[in-house]
Amino acid sequence: MSQTITRMEFNQEGFDAFLQSRNEPQWLQSLRQTAWQSFTEGRWPNQKDEEWMRTDIRLFKLNKFNSATESNQPLPTAVLSAGVELAGSCSSMDGVTLHHHLDAEWAEKGVVFGSLSELAHQHPDLIEKYLFQKAVDPKFDRFSALHAAFWSSGVFLYVPRGVVIDKPLHSIAGMSDGGSDFAHTLVILEDGAEATLLSESASPDVNSGGMHCGAVELIVGNDAHLRYVNLQDWGQGVWHFANQKALVGRDSSLQWTVGALGSRLSKVNQHVSLTGEGGNCQVNGVMFTENKQHLSYHTLQQHEKPHCVSDFLYKAALQDSSRTVWRGMIQVDEGAQKTDGYQRNDNLLLSRTARADSIPGLEIEADDVRCTHGSTSGKVDEELIFYARSRGFSRKEAIQMIVTGFFQQVFDRVTIESVREALGLAIARRVRDYE
Amino acid sequence: MSDTLTIKNLHVEIAGKPILQGVNLEIKKGETHALMGPNGSGKSTLGLVIMGHPKYEVTEGDILLNGESILEMEADERARAGIFMAFQRPVAVPGVKMADFLRHATTNVRNPERKEGEDLIPMREFRKEIKDKMGQLKMDAEFARRYVNDGFSGGEMKRAEILQLAMLQPHFAILDETDSGLDADAVRLASQSINEIGHGKMGLLIITHHDKLLHYNTPDFTHVILGGRIVETGGKELAEELHEQGYERIRNDYPEAAAVNDAVEEPVA
Repeated sequence: MSQTITRMEFNQEGFDAFLQSRNEPQWLQSLRQTAWQSFTEGRWPNQKDEEWMRTDIRLFKLNKFNSATESNQPLPTAVLSAGVELAGSCSSMDGVTLHHHLDAEWAEKGVVFGSLSELAHQHPDLIEKYLFQKAVDPKFDRFSALHAAFWSSGVFLYVPRGVVIDKPLHSIAGMSDGGSDFAHTLVILEDGAEATLLSESASPDVNSGGMHCGAVELIVGNDAHLRYVNLQDWGQGVWHFANQKALVGRDSSLQWTVGALGSRLSKVNQHVSLTGEGGNCQVNGVMFTENKQHLSYHTLQQHEKPHCVSDFLYKAALQDSSRTVWRGMIQVDEGAQKTDGYQRNDNLLLSRTARADSIPGLEIEADDVRCTHGSTSGKVDEELIFYARSRGFSRKEAIQMIVTGFFQQVFDRVTIESVREALGLAIARRVRDYE
Repeated sequence: MSDTLTIKNLHVEIAGKPILQGVNLEIKKGETHALMGPNGSGKSTLGLVIMGHPKYEVTEGDILLNGESILEMEADERARAGIFMAFQRPVAVPGVKMADFLRHATTNVRNPERKEGEDLIPMREFRKEIKDKMGQLKMDAEFARRYVNDGFSGGEMKRAEILQLAMLQPHFAILDETDSGLDADAVRLASQSINEIGHGKMGLLIITHHDKLLHYNTPDFTHVILGGRIVETGGKELAEELHEQGYERIRNDYPEAAAVNDAVEEPVA
């Protein structure tokens, strides 16, 4: 399907024109209209809001950006799919779908995969039931409302009952310098289904600017298993706002790996709800920041039902004057007995001017649970550097090795080789020398 | 050309506190030197200064390799020039496998001109070599896959240091209590291994309290350090005397150095 898209601003006129250009089914139009209403009635968060007290967005100006715009820029190179045999793939540039493909073998089994924008026309029965209905709330804040009004392209994956996809699916969202991306990811695994989705986002180069306002919804049924990888490697001028929520059903598992490398400023809310007994969620977070990057991650692991396990590990290495904020919460609802909750955040400061804020938290309303949390922040140990140098490593090589070793604990948990390699290489490339 | 490591009137301070106060020593490749002395005498400091630890400040004197001063060289340049130190308490490098660490180290030491990012020794070639060396040292193959010194027992750490000595094949090696914290069998194995790897080939500076290590690696010279100075040099008999009788005679013969020694506590590196 071809769409003619012109530059549209984020005002009433721009929204009307955007809606008109999309020619979407009524249910989707009303969804967007309601969200746009919330947006116009809302206000931007500021540092008086607890969520935002460490994250300053006063320099963010929405009117510098436009909604999805066809661009002639080439798609940045994907790294997660290198050398991987895929079951399907899709790509977008500046919020416009470029291509999507699913191997016939899986389509015949009822799997649906591709651009959410396009599939919304073909599979309204599947999408209407879930989109913004169970996981992400468009009213959560002004960014989620803006996203729900203007989302475009994105990724949709539906795996029917009992279907096990044994090869990964891949998606990449590219954004040109100064462009925007409003991608929405919606994944639905029915009972007994299994899948792996590798998602990445990238800019043409490290200095690119732009805006991402996105959302991720992962809905994992009962006895279902999802591995989801999300690599964010925007240029360091990109504003990145994302609301992400997963629901994990009975006896199911979710392994969610996050690589956060790019953006000028990121504010991400990552929420996992364990909604059925015996659910298991593992989150592996790798962050590397430099220059003046600011990455703020708020994670919430919510135990709604008994006998669930959640295990969140975030590691960050920071150089220059960059900053990370990690705020983690384990919330155990009343009745969620035998909960096993774990959260940990370790930060390695590679320069004197980098700063990492780490705020773990627990809210427990059940009485028979085990919840542990911890965080560490420290500099690279000079004795380690000397030891490596006494074995012939240059100072820079020593620091690279120590940083790689620091992340190894997370890499050891990531079960997909291409992901480990892509993250390891990206980090090694960034590490510089500090005296 | 005979390789020589020369320590000339070396004075060293840490945080303004004098530790070494005029050490003179010359080691030729192929010679074994024992360095002995009571706690706080400056044995480890001497080793760390030769290796180029940035914490120590050389205030006077020089360290020469084949007549050229190495004082301005960083630790990695010294390693690439053929100097090695087996540490008394090596640090752990979490998340870095022994094999990966050693492959990189071996590549750099064998190709001193290698630039960052250039190829490492081919994996196959390296694997075979490290496997052979580990066999020689009676080390389990699993060892190469463990993280460097992370969770190692005292004995494992010392053996890991010997493995590095074997792989890097330096011209000069300082062994700082490479036999301490080991049981009798392990001391014998370590001593034999060092003998096979280095005795008579490298210039060895052995810091030890045990006689086993020196029994297998007979010293050509024994130096006694006290109060930051080498007060006496002899042959292997001197080492034997000190093992049997301790430092009482030395302290009596050199009361001034003994007083300095008592005032200085050797800092932990």
